Amino acid sequence: MATEAKVDPMHQFTIQPMFGTDHLELLGYNIAITNSTVWMAISALALWAFVFGGMKRQLVPGRWQMAVESFTGLIDDMLEANIGKNGRKYVPYIFSLFMFILFGNILGLLPLGVIGLHPFTFTSHFTVTGILAIISFGIVLIVGFAKHKLHFFSLFVPHGTPVPMIPIIFVVEMISFMVRPFSLGLRLFVAMMAGHVLLEVLSSFVIGSSNAGMQYFAIAGIPSFILMIGICALEILVAGIQAYVFALLTSVYLNDAENLH
Amino acid sequence: MPQIEQLAATYSSQIFWLLLIFGLVFFIVGKGMVPKVMDTVALRDKQISDDLAAAEAARNKADAEEAAWRERENANRAEAQALIAKAKAEAAASTEKKLAAAQTGIDARLTEAEARIAEARASAAAEIEEVASEAAADIVKRLAGIEVSAAEARPAVKEAM
Repeated sequence: MATEAKVDPMHQFTIQPMFGTDHLELLGYNIAITNSTVWMAISALALWAFVFGGMKRQLVPGRWQMAVESFTGLIDDMLEANIGKNGRKYVPYIFSLFMFILFGNILGLLPLGVIGLHPFTFTSHFTVTGILAIISFGIVLIVGFAKHKLHFFSLFVPHGTPVPMIPIIFVVEMISFMVRPFSLGLRLFVAMMAGHVLLEVLSSFVIGSSNAGMQYFAIAGIPSFILMIGICALEILVAGIQAYVFALLTSVYLNDAENLH
Repeated sequence: MPQIEQLAATYSSQIFWLLLIFGLVFFIVGKGMVPKVMDTVALRDKQISDDLAAAEAARNKADAEEAAWRERENANRAEAQALIAKAKAEAAASTEKKLAAAQTGIDARLTEAEARIAEARASAAAEIEEVASEAAADIVKRLAGIEVSAAEARPAVKEAM
């Protein structure tokens, strides 16, 4: 009984090599196929299947086609609202980013533990979210410098800054600009991890209190279980919102690169 | 926290597979499929706006045709009215003429008849006078025994009548 009640809320984030590929290497670096890899692949496949189902190209769309078109429309509208007509060329990237994160978030929430599988949320790892944030930030830098050359640095001096303030403002703006990839990556990682830990902790309350006896279950277990149901709904919302925020902020940053101010 | 504890051991695998898989997603789904989906949407939007424009044009044409038809119809109606009015006037004129002719005939016959009546009355009156004179002469002869000729009795008869 004692071992059953011991629930480690962090264990769900453990990366485990699979298919005996522990020591798979490329140029001396370990590239083991892990549970994280597998869930990235599942998300990618699910995303491919989802978009493929919407490619019937009918004039009058069916439900599936309508769903896919509403997602591309969402990204298209977001880019047009934030960047303008120039923003349409980023639709493939932002769409891939948004949908990949969204599928990763939602697939990681599936209650697959019930049938003995171990869901894994790769967006709860800052290695993953960090790389995605660095890619977005890298695109901003490349587009910014390619389009505006060294003029891109004027991004750090807002309009109407008094001349004596320029050096200080430049440094402050520079720091806030450089922090962007960190905030972008950490926000998603923290949001996903916090939700999963919370669910795990509450579920450990339910299991622990039910093992301790009926009266504890009634006092602690049932309220925790009810709270879990609410938090599950909240987590589905957070999964969508965080993916949207990541895509939205990337497009806002891209706007800086495209249009400076 | 496994994210930090396993960082050294797993970062290379995480980065490698993320770049590979996200790269595949970007090139296959993002670059390959999304533009087609958006083309379909754009095509549909274009078709809808084209159809709306065609419907608008068809409606304008129908409106113009209706206006032309109305004009034609009004002209036809006016023409018909004119025709009717003319026919009516002609009919009235011919009726009047016929009536006038009939009236003249009637008038002539009336005057003739009146003349005949007057003549008949005159001849009747003369006859009555004659008879009355003869009767008066006869009465005088019988009562007074005086021989009076009818011609002599006539002024007295005339006077009494």
